[in-house]
Amino acid sequence: MLGVVYAMVAVGFTLYFGVLDVINFSHADVLTAGAFVSLVAYRGLSAAGIELPFAVLGLMLVAGVAGMAALGMVIAKFFVLPLRYAPPFITLLMTLMIGTAIREAIRLFYPSGSNAQSFPALLPKTAYHWGNLLVREDTLILIATGFAVIVLVSLFINRTRLGLAIRAVAQDGETARIMGIHFEWIVLLVFALGSALAALAGVMNGLYYNEISFSTGLRLGIIGFCAAVVGGLGNMYGAIIGGFLFALLQTLSVVAMPSLSAYKDVFAFAAIILLMVIKPTGLIGEAVSERV
Amino acid sequence: MVAATKAPDRIPAVLAIVALGIFSALLLLLHDRWAPLIVVAAGAIALVVALKTGAAAHAERSFAAHERSMNAVVIAVFLGVLIALGRENFSLLMLCTVLLYGIACLGLNIQLGYCGVMNFAGAAFFGAGSYTAAVLAAHTALPHPLILLAGGLVAGLLGSVLLLPLLRTRGHYAALITVAFGILFRSFLEVNDTLGGPQGLVVPGLNLFGWSLNDPITVGGVTFSFYLNYALFTLLLAIVAFVVARRIERSWIGMNLDAVRIDAVAASTFGLNVPYLKIMAFVVGNIFAGIAGAVFAMMTGFVSPNDFDFSTSLVLIAILVLGGIGNPWGILPAAALVIILPEKLQAIQEYRFLLYSIAVIAILLFRPAGLFPRRLRRFFPVERAS
Repeated sequence: MLGVVYAMVAVGFTLYFGVLDVINFSHADVLTAGAFVSLVAYRGLSAAGIELPFAVLGLMLVAGVAGMAALGMVIAKFFVLPLRYAPPFITLLMTLMIGTAIREAIRLFYPSGSNAQSFPALLPKTAYHWGNLLVREDTLILIATGFAVIVLVSLFINRTRLGLAIRAVAQDGETARIMGIHFEWIVLLVFALGSALAALAGVMNGLYYNEISFSTGLRLGIIGFCAAVVGGLGNMYGAIIGGFLFALLQTLSVVAMPSLSAYKDVFAFAAIILLMVIKPTGLIGEAVSERV
Repeated sequence: MVAATKAPDRIPAVLAIVALGIFSALLLLLHDRWAPLIVVAAGAIALVVALKTGAAAHAERSFAAHERSMNAVVIAVFLGVLIALGRENFSLLMLCTVLLYGIACLGLNIQLGYCGVMNFAGAAFFGAGSYTAAVLAAHTALPHPLILLAGGLVAGLLGSVLLLPLLRTRGHYAALITVAFGILFRSFLEVNDTLGGPQGLVVPGLNLFGWSLNDPITVGGVTFSFYLNYALFTLLLAIVAFVVARRIERSWIGMNLDAVRIDAVAASTFGLNVPYLKIMAFVVGNIFAGIAGAVFAMMTGFVSPNDFDFSTSLVLIAILVLGGIGNPWGILPAAALVIILPEKLQAIQEYRFLLYSIAVIAILLFRPAGLFPRRLRRFFPVERAS
């Protein structure tokens, strides 16, 4: 379950990096914002008297995903694209600050936003036992959804004309322009897609833990970023593998050393650093060529 | 003066420095709810006007032409501000924090501004220095100047662990390693009980050769805040750090570091030892951060993991970028802006982080090279050029 969410966040990072060579750190807070928008939608719907769980869930998702897609496009259009020719560092700081602004806005303007908010449990919680293994129905649904979404996105990128355009821009923006691809639209599209994924991941995270707070995204975002880099930036499959790897590392360190379970993040990050020593450009490495 | 034809006057630069000094003193002295806001607004308007009319560029040129004498002016103005604030504990504490963050940023500047080595774990090295000071001061009888030095050395050593990963990777991958390390460091502190866990540790005050900095000084019947001692000490430390950083920049080492940053491959074809230079820049930078952290711990008397999380690293980077990457002179005003401003805007207490991030976004959009961009290296003194 954790792996799916990590992978979805990582795919977002890797998409942005692919088209613009930009690390978009506001991604994490877009995720939080998505979860909060759906929470607002839920409140609105229950106030309007709509109770049917799946209709509610569907509308919540639509609200969160559409809202975040729009937000992603705004970020790209007004904050990231104008800095295209600035040093990468400036862009990085810019996205970090946008993230901070979003996070603070949620904390300040959502009623009692500095406390954790309870997220409605809309999925059935029936538990199944297989021997020692305990599986809840909502976990299964979430994992299946996550996988389906990831497969859909990869089909979209690899099989459609629009996906072809995205890959073209990712390979070489200038050449893609010459071939008649509208560069800016593609960038906006990718930001919309990535942010929609983030919103979905945020809602899934909320449904799983039944709790969200303004800083939910921060941790997920950093882990997602690590997963994307470990997989090899710009490579979707790498990001997916990286996401699952990170979850695996966390779980393994708990299983292997139960007495030191508090150190699970320490071990996971140490393992990541070690991995980077062995494979300096990620598991599925970028093709690096030196131009002198 | 020989250079009268070519070099601009000193007056604009002196005026600018004095204006900055008065501005920060006013900001720190006013405790009202709304008064600081008015000062900030006035300052912002003055800044925009100065930028638009070219007065700022004028002051900058004159500053660059007379850098040597301007050093003295800056120190004098700073001392003036210190004495004006002599009895205000909180204001002096903030000034010290500005200076210490400034020292850490000078270190980061050597890494990032000169050599181009990314470091998103500045707070971790700062924290390594702090915790070293805390442990050593509490459990050993080492003289305190040595403890400060040890703080720097431990930070440098801790950074050495990252050398191999950093040398093997580049760009965003190198950035990830420092990000991961910064988070690792913090979560380690948080769960480690011998280092105090989330509660942190208590640190005794600094004691230099029998002079305890926690005792207030009295001059002519006026008792100054004991933070004045720390302020003077950190000022001294900052001057030393600044001179060292500046000497590194001016020397052949600085030239080589610039070459490595701009194009590592080309630099290596000219026979520069790229890994050696990167290692040097990284370790020296971390030692700066570690020493600053050690003083910080002994000044505040308390260290906890919360002071050294990822966002603190980001604050350090933000100072660097706002000041103009690679320009050590930009660090001080930028540090003051980043640290004092959020603290003083009490009237908007809750909203200050939001406004702060929006302000940074605006600066990045409209002045992407930072407030004080680094100037081209001057190979000859101005005097000789005329």
